[in-house]
Amino acid sequence: MQVKFYSGNIACAEGAIAAGCRFFAGYPITPSSEIAEHMALRLPQVGGIFIQMEDELASMAAILGASWGGAKAMTATSGPGFSLMQENIGLGAMTETPCVVVNVQRAGPSTGMPTLVGQADVMQARWGSHGDYEIIALSPSSPQECFDLTIRAFNLAEEYRVPVIVLMDESVSHMFEKVIIPPKEKIRIVNRKKPRVPPDEFLPYKADDFIPPMACAGEGYSVHVTGLTHDEKGYPQATSPEVQERLVRRLCDKIRKNERKMRDIEEYEMEDAEIAIVSFGTTARSAKAAVKFARKKGYKVGLIRLKTIWPFPDEYFESLDGIKKFLVVEVNYGQIKLEVERNVGKNRVELLPKMGGEIHTPEEIYKKIREVLQWK
Amino acid sequence: MEIVAKNHPLDKYLRTDRIPHIWCPGCGLGTVLNCFLHALEETDIDLKNLAIVSGIGCTGRVAGYINVDSYHTTHGRAIPFATGLKLANPKLKVVVFSGDGDLFAIGGNHFIHAARRNIDMTVICVNNYNYGMTGGQLGPTTPLDARTTTSPYGNIEHPFNLCHVAAASGAVYVARWTALHVRRLKESMKEALNKKGFSFIEVIASCPTTYGRRNKMPTGLETMKYYKEHSVIKHGIDPSKADIEIGKDIVVGKFVDIEKPTFDEAVHELIKKARK
Amino acid sequence: MRIEIKFGGFGGQGIITMGHIAGKACIYDERNVVFTPSYGPEARGGAASSNIVISDEEIDYPYVTYPDILVVMSQEAYEKYAPLLKEEGLLIIDEDLVRLKNGEGRVAKIPATRIAENLGKRIVTNIVMLGFFTGVTKLISYDAIKKAVLETVPAKFKELNEKALDEGYKRGIEWQEE
Repeated sequence: MQVKFYSGNIACAEGAIAAGCRFFAGYPITPSSEIAEHMALRLPQVGGIFIQMEDELASMAAILGASWGGAKAMTATSGPGFSLMQENIGLGAMTETPCVVVNVQRAGPSTGMPTLVGQADVMQARWGSHGDYEIIALSPSSPQECFDLTIRAFNLAEEYRVPVIVLMDESVSHMFEKVIIPPKEKIRIVNRKKPRVPPDEFLPYKADDFIPPMACAGEGYSVHVTGLTHDEKGYPQATSPEVQERLVRRLCDKIRKNERKMRDIEEYEMEDAEIAIVSFGTTARSAKAAVKFARKKGYKVGLIRLKTIWPFPDEYFESLDGIKKFLVVEVNYGQIKLEVERNVGKNRVELLPKMGGEIHTPEEIYKKIREVLQWK
Repeated sequence: MEIVAKNHPLDKYLRTDRIPHIWCPGCGLGTVLNCFLHALEETDIDLKNLAIVSGIGCTGRVAGYINVDSYHTTHGRAIPFATGLKLANPKLKVVVFSGDGDLFAIGGNHFIHAARRNIDMTVICVNNYNYGMTGGQLGPTTPLDARTTTSPYGNIEHPFNLCHVAAASGAVYVARWTALHVRRLKESMKEALNKKGFSFIEVIASCPTTYGRRNKMPTGLETMKYYKEHSVIKHGIDPSKADIEIGKDIVVGKFVDIEKPTFDEAVHELIKKARK
Repeated sequence: MRIEIKFGGFGGQGIITMGHIAGKACIYDERNVVFTPSYGPEARGGAASSNIVISDEEIDYPYVTYPDILVVMSQEAYEKYAPLLKEEGLLIIDEDLVRLKNGEGRVAKIPATRIAENLGKRIVTNIVMLGFFTGVTKLISYDAIKKAVLETVPAKFKELNEKALDEGYKRGIEWQEE
């Protein structure tokens, strides 16, 4: 075990290396650049490849290519670059390519506030590319979690064969804290399933349990991979609604039906809570401080911190009958709020938004708790 | 109909269960693919380690017909995808097969940077002067004054000279042929496949359906006749002197064949240094 | 208890490095700490600042709002941040660079830049200040700050930095004894 003093960005890069990432392609952008810089330094030391691409379109395409070349691959960016990556995130979802995309959120839209925090890419992470698909997104609240959740992101990407988004924010990316690096053998590593049949019997998109085994380039399977609607052979069937129906259902269901397994929620003071704050990322730290203060005053307030944001834990929220009000605290104008509302009904949800540039202070949240208590 | 032979000698390179292909009668793509398969036949490339990457468009469909690991990616992104593929698995021989619009309009930035880095790959661009798949719109290589569905009054844009772009960007091998020059094209493909670094071949090919019929070349045969009458072989010529213009000769040949360290070699050297 | 510390000065003085080293030292002392460098246009050129929060409990809110301790090495930083200092807070200044305006509460002064110049390199001003801060506040152990400093600075400047740290630390202890 090693104890380090890392920023969220460095912790994320180290987490990637610990997870087995050996290919990074990226394009500089604040506030994520330290991830690329650290990868440029560290990857060659472990035999991995770093390449700075000409833009984020290329970066995303390159990590998909690297993944099919057999590597665990990652890119890191922020809002404007994340927008450009959506095109090939869609290709990644369609071709079921394991990879990790880190989005260090800054305030938008457009160029917005390049050096300051935002949390407004939550819906973009879910719906950013066209068409119907499902994605996984994780949200760390500390440098330690930047390390841990990046490893988890790689494991989920490999297990479910899908791009996994690590939705960091500027605050967590630049703050330094203690990070414990466990010994190598204590880190759980998941690798993609490989085919067990000879090439002439292999159907690259036939899945018995939603997720087909993956044959990479040079392994002798002559696989055809396409962004067109394809059958189990991997061949384009771009005019068959039946093939489309089967494929898209499976792409979505492999995530939806496994939501329980991916669920990752920190509950704090929830046992007897009447009001639950829902938050994520750095903002959840302020929320926790506010809950502590409110508890001292005798108010029954708890915190639900989402570490896995997508797939959204619908069943979990549906089960929270005892909660009278949900107060969603996020640095945007109401994104996770919509998801909570969808599950518990509009009249049970309050929002404390912030448009970006800073996270909420505990005092602001406490004030809102008092307001909500009065309405209740 | 009498079946003369059960198998074509090149069948082993094809996903025969995907034939017939989607290309129109008179299209040059079949010829170009045929040349490529012959080139494979005459080199000792291990098919297991050959990967074909395509973007979107008529040429983009090439990847789907060759029976090797093949990737049909997004529009314009074949080269960066191929970059990742090649760097992650250095054993692979990576060939990008795509069209002029895919490689030089939407993907133009990727082309110049892959050439600049000298990534070890072969890029084959089938240039048919227009966007065929979407119905014949003007593209980055459409000659001045040519008629397309989005230049109904004649094209007012200056086209790219692809070989000039490739050479200026740093490609170590640059050649241009037409779909008429099957033997020379095949030989060029062999050279490119055996070349270390970023090699580029432009193949001028007919597109009677969407380009030719609007530009006085309504059939493949007429286009071939035009190539025969207007092609001039000039090996080693400065590619900047090989612009393509309506009514003028098409200069073909091998323009560049130089040696330069590749990104692949450099990155593995760097890794050795960093690991010490 | 939660203690908030702000370091302020101008770009080039090593203000971010000060916070980083102090934060690292807290880890060696096995205390909870969050270090947040200030990012933004202000980090280039004009005013620079960095912050640490130290606590024996879990640190939730990571930022410094009203510092318990303010270390400033420029007039601009003094004027910008002094109003935020807690009433019973401690102000630490480079006395050659900061002119105090009104009767502050507790103030500890050191001619850090001058000391660094006498040691041979102005660049170690921040380390003199860090030593002084450590001696004055006793929030961080000497061993921890020394370890953190030596780990951070380039090998060929280790000796100089150690001297700078010791000189500042010595003066800090003297201030405390006074």
